[in-house]
Amino acid sequence: MSADRRTLVTLAVLAMMWLVLNRLTDGVFLTPRNLANLAVQSSVVGILACGMVLVIVARHIDLSVGSLLGFTGMVVAALQAEWLPESGWTWPVALIGALLLGAALGAWQGAWVAYGRLPAFVVTLAGLLAFRGAAWLVSDGRTVSPLLPQHALLGGGIEGFVGARWSWILGALGVAALVGLRTRARARRIRVGVPVRPLPAEVFELASVCAGILAFVAVMNAYTLPRSDVARGIPVPVLILIAVAVGLSVLARSTRFGRHVFAVGGSPQAAERVGIDVRRVSVGVFALMGVLCAVAGIVTTARLEAATSSMGTLAELQAIAAAVLGGTSLAGGVGSVGGAVLGAIVMQTLDNGMVLLGISSPARQICIGGVLLVAVWLDGALRRRAER
Amino acid sequence: MSAPVVELRGLAKRFGGVHAVEDVSLALQAGEVMGIVGHNGAGKSTLMQMLAGSLRPDAGGIRLDGRPVRLASPRDARRLGIEALYQDLALADNLDAVANVFLGREHTTRMGFLDEGAMELSAREVLARVRPDFPDVRRPVAQLSGGQRQAVAIARAIEFHARVLILDEPTAALGPAETHAVGDVVRRLRDEGVGVFLVSHDLHDVFALSDRIAVMRGGRLEALVNRGDTDPDALVELLVGGAGPAPA
Repeated sequence: MSADRRTLVTLAVLAMMWLVLNRLTDGVFLTPRNLANLAVQSSVVGILACGMVLVIVARHIDLSVGSLLGFTGMVVAALQAEWLPESGWTWPVALIGALLLGAALGAWQGAWVAYGRLPAFVVTLAGLLAFRGAAWLVSDGRTVSPLLPQHALLGGGIEGFVGARWSWILGALGVAALVGLRTRARARRIRVGVPVRPLPAEVFELASVCAGILAFVAVMNAYTLPRSDVARGIPVPVLILIAVAVGLSVLARSTRFGRHVFAVGGSPQAAERVGIDVRRVSVGVFALMGVLCAVAGIVTTARLEAATSSMGTLAELQAIAAAVLGGTSLAGGVGSVGGAVLGAIVMQTLDNGMVLLGISSPARQICIGGVLLVAVWLDGALRRRAER
Repeated sequence: MSAPVVELRGLAKRFGGVHAVEDVSLALQAGEVMGIVGHNGAGKSTLMQMLAGSLRPDAGGIRLDGRPVRLASPRDARRLGIEALYQDLALADNLDAVANVFLGREHTTRMGFLDEGAMELSAREVLARVRPDFPDVRRPVAQLSGGQRQAVAIARAIEFHARVLILDEPTAALGPAETHAVGDVVRRLRDEGVGVFLVSHDLHDVFALSDRIAVMRGGRLEALVNRGDTDPDALVELLVGGAGPAPA
């Protein structure tokens, strides 16, 4: 089963879950308000899952992402609330500082894996402990607040939406970019004389994706500010997730680095033999994951409008679960960024739906654990059947 | 005959006190297939690993186009056009044939993105040369047969201008039909002017495909015979040493 087809299966399962939950909640689940909430709730785990796919594809694992999210989030909060003098530069410096910190710590862990020849499980387990401790030390365990008012916009709070007009503009730009790139790629294949897919199939797929984008914008615009008909539009954290997902998808599929990540995951010996610098690929993958932890830390603090020393606890396991639900193979070499984002939405859908149904938190955890188990078992069974 | 493309002169390699290869000299012409036969431990693999840059000879030298070369690593050898295909083929099973042919040497557009169109075009051309019946170039190579996978590895070598190809037991894991297809590939390589060393246990394969056959025994070159001057039975005698020493 190709990664694309696997993603379609996930999409179909998600659609079914939405319809069932909508029936069970008497139409509450599929309201614009709930869908906007669902999108914002999925953003942090979705961002982490995008990076986790590449880590797992390269035959590694990263257990430190929750703690690194906590540490970088704590630093971005402390920078703007306590360490930096207040000026126009405070906010951008805090954000860039957190991203650089994430990249450096990710690369540090990657270097231990690549050059220290330690299993990623051990290195990032050490990171899980150390970064959580570091987050605590930044503030002696205190909650850091208040943050700068503009920071909250990144979390999608009451003002963290881009409005109806910008949502349509962004949606239209997305559609135009997609149609333009696909058309150019097809024209190029025809020009050099490489076979192309049948035109109706290509048009149908492109039209479906474009319809999906526009439907998403329409739903987000249907959610209005309280006691008014002013549309909120796309929440900022969801835009951040979309940007991360598109960026990483392009990186994974259309760059040499992405190709090498998949080659290393498929066969490290083969990659080495053809001259790929396997160790540099490992460092790159962990550095990227570190940056995404910082992005997730920024969004988390923006949503909380504060930083706590326990932020992101267990987020690594949610990110791994999302990646696996989205079709990433823990054996390495197989996975897709789009699938991982869908996996994050599937998990959040279960949680959100069960909250609406009034199911208690412990019962929800048991249920999500069970679904993860069954989903991965089914996936494996389907794969084995497809390979025969 | 023209000048040899590669020449081994007095190569020797010792592991501890054991002479794995002792004073072996061979010359391979462009467009020639040379079979290398011998029992386990006869020195075939050691000899070929020195040519592929994986082992450093203790004595002797290697000349390419008449010029002495130093092969410190497989990368050096590959850069000079000497490519070795081992049984694991060095393929990434999760990637398709196009990706594998260009693995580590991907073509990119001016923007720095992978140029899939150009790579697929070249991959199709070179795969068609190696194996005209090659199926879908966009399927993960894990789903291909052993012979088809070998074609991908050979296509990669040709795409990057290999002039000397070392095939180590190319038919060991293949069925009869696939073995036959590999034979066609080897003949096509020869017609394109690639020099091929064919290392094999299977005397019949070697006999069917090689122009000359080097027989190794105990690290020494026991005999170097033209295919036309011998037959499989005579080869077996040389292998076990029944015919007495017949140095090259």
